[in-house]
Amino acid sequence: MGRKTFAVAALVAVTALTATSCTGAAAPKGQSAAAATDPGSVDGTITVLTHRTDLVQNGTMKKYAAEFNKIYPKVTVKFEAITDYEGEVKIRMNTENYGDVLMIPNAIARKDYPSFFASLGSTAELSEKYRFTGNTDVAGKAYGLATVGNANGFVYNKAVWKKAGVTSWPTSPQEFLVGLKAVKAKTGAVPYYTNFKDQWPLTAGTAGIGSVTCDAQANDKLATSDAPWAEGADLNVIDTLLYDTVHEKLSEKDPTTTNWENSKGLIARGEIATMQLGSWAISQMQAAAETAGKNPDDIGFMPFPAQKDGKFCAILSSDYQQAVSIHSEHKAAARAWIDWFTEKSGFAQNEGSIPTARSGALPATLKPFEDNGVTLLERSEAKSAQVNAIDNAAEIGLGKPDYRQKLVDMARGVQSGSLKDYFADLDKRWSEAEKKAAGS
Amino acid sequence: MTHTTHTPTAGVGKESPAARTVRRAATRRSRPPGRGPLSRVTPWLFLLAPLVLLITFTYVPVANMVYYSFTDWDGVSPEIHLVGAGNYSELFTRPELFRVFFVSFYYLAASVVQIVVALYFATVLSFNLRLRNLFKGILFFPYLINGVAIGFVFLYFFQDGGTLDSVLSWFGTGSDHAWLGDPTSANVSLAGVSVWRFTGLNFVLFLGAIQSIPGELYEAAQLDGATRWHQFRYLIVPSIRPVISLSVILAVSGSLSVFEIPYIMTGGATGTTTFVIQTVKLAFQFNKTGLASAAAVVLLLIVLLVTWIQRRLVPDGKADLV
Repeated sequence: MGRKTFAVAALVAVTALTATSCTGAAAPKGQSAAAATDPGSVDGTITVLTHRTDLVQNGTMKKYAAEFNKIYPKVTVKFEAITDYEGEVKIRMNTENYGDVLMIPNAIARKDYPSFFASLGSTAELSEKYRFTGNTDVAGKAYGLATVGNANGFVYNKAVWKKAGVTSWPTSPQEFLVGLKAVKAKTGAVPYYTNFKDQWPLTAGTAGIGSVTCDAQANDKLATSDAPWAEGADLNVIDTLLYDTVHEKLSEKDPTTTNWENSKGLIARGEIATMQLGSWAISQMQAAAETAGKNPDDIGFMPFPAQKDGKFCAILSSDYQQAVSIHSEHKAAARAWIDWFTEKSGFAQNEGSIPTARSGALPATLKPFEDNGVTLLERSEAKSAQVNAIDNAAEIGLGKPDYRQKLVDMARGVQSGSLKDYFADLDKRWSEAEKKAAGS
Repeated sequence: MTHTTHTPTAGVGKESPAARTVRRAATRRSRPPGRGPLSRVTPWLFLLAPLVLLITFTYVPVANMVYYSFTDWDGVSPEIHLVGAGNYSELFTRPELFRVFFVSFYYLAASVVQIVVALYFATVLSFNLRLRNLFKGILFFPYLINGVAIGFVFLYFFQDGGTLDSVLSWFGTGSDHAWLGDPTSANVSLAGVSVWRFTGLNFVLFLGAIQSIPGELYEAAQLDGATRWHQFRYLIVPSIRPVISLSVILAVSGSLSVFEIPYIMTGGATGTTTFVIQTVKLAFQFNKTGLASAAAVVLLLIVLLVTWIQRRLVPDGKADLV
């Protein structure tokens, strides 16, 4: 008897697997997670999926949860830190079990947000209070709130640059290269570090789209552009600078074995002068400087070396967006966490990032930007869904490292091809994909 | 011809006839009389667990993959559209997707080295040597390490000023070479790592086969004046032919589907992209799960085809001696 039951159970299991493994379970669309009016009435246990494994391990997130409980005593917040966040969560999205609160994985197409997440309310209303809401807007409703925002630019070691005789920010790519050459000649430091092997740091250039032309809509314009790498365009200037830097041997000698964790210490000790990263990196580098017994104030942040009408521009883009799972049984509690975390946790200040709430002050790390009159532009995300679709169809990967890795390889001379031909090829692939997308 | 203790095969396969009879009798007795239907079901019940595992973890995923290959699924969207053979026609109209197979030649060349080295050590260590077991352990050890860990270890090894550079500099041949820096040296280095890792597996397979050769044969060969080379050429090789051909098949299909070592060490940069890395990138970077599944199906078919051709060229001749 027992055996038969087992056999039946096994059969059922196999059938069930076959049946459900095709796509994600169909979810009721169009649910919403409204903010509760009375904090005392919100209860339940919620699971928050996060990519910040470091903050979960060192107990910082627990402290946030304890603060949160002071206002919402009946809610228990659990954290699930995931190292390979993108890869793992994307696959979990095919089930119903992806936490109550999660960071929206980049792989999810925006049109599918309503099938995975509960809406947080009208985008127009939320955008009055928060930045970056356009990023998750589907048909007038927002589905996620950014944890924080970042400015794009270059992290640099002030002491090293000063030793090289450069005290003011370079205002053009040429000046930047001259500065790097001075660093190479006068200090022992590696002028520029690509972090080639760890791949993702190479994508920092993409976050700078718009900072050259000083256009918050620059990213949206890619959706209708048939030559994003044309002369003078943002991507052309950004990628040419990377190419020239590597080509002039101003970057690390062996990019294929770089190490991200090491690079923090290297820049802190002045062995590396410059890295292109988001403003989130400043506080990490400063922490590394402290660990290395160096002065954290040596870590500076400069805008992309390009000016429009004599002014620098820096694009602000959102970090991961927090959303409420449509399958959550405690949507009110989940929503309460997102609201509290975005507005009251002080997370952005602690991390030296730009707060999502418009009322929040800019972090101290960006003070030099304010003082020097750098124009901060919030990147428009109105058409980023189309841009992503074109990008994927063209298999270029603006937010992926591969095409820049090839660029660096060409600049180092280990792969054949000229920059001009490469840009022409990228333009061709982009415009073909764009035409296809427009046609369908 | 009595007891040939100096050969390692002495104890193998020597079961006394008496023991065998006892066992056979026991088997016969264990079948209970008079429980017809259930006793016929019994073997199937034993098969149930492996069958469930096999179906769940092998055939269902493969069936799913084939199904995805006919869709435009992006990997997460609840929407799935059938596109017929669209993915396959896209695949075959983009020759650049198959160019990455050239990288496989590095690994093919490496597997020749690997098999020769493994065969050499298996032969040497099948004779009585001092510290024989220690060497066996050393050779097999790399295969026990997780591939991801190997990738990380060798990253440090090939690093600028890393282990390899410092060892070379002890011998005064220190170079300034970036080992993973250009496509040729990167692929050679990665293939070298793959040799380091998989030699142990081949070695163990060969060693097992060699040890099943009866010791008397060596003795007879020695009496006939055969040297070690003759013994290897006319005794060992013919005896382990099936295992060698199996190793070759594994090596070829492995070379076509190299993945973890280059993926972890270089992520496919600097011309080290293999077909599987490219497929993974299609699926998980560009969300073209449908196209990637089609690529995976094509790879499967290529591997099957190559194996079939190999079996045609080198039929699985029975071992001549044993």
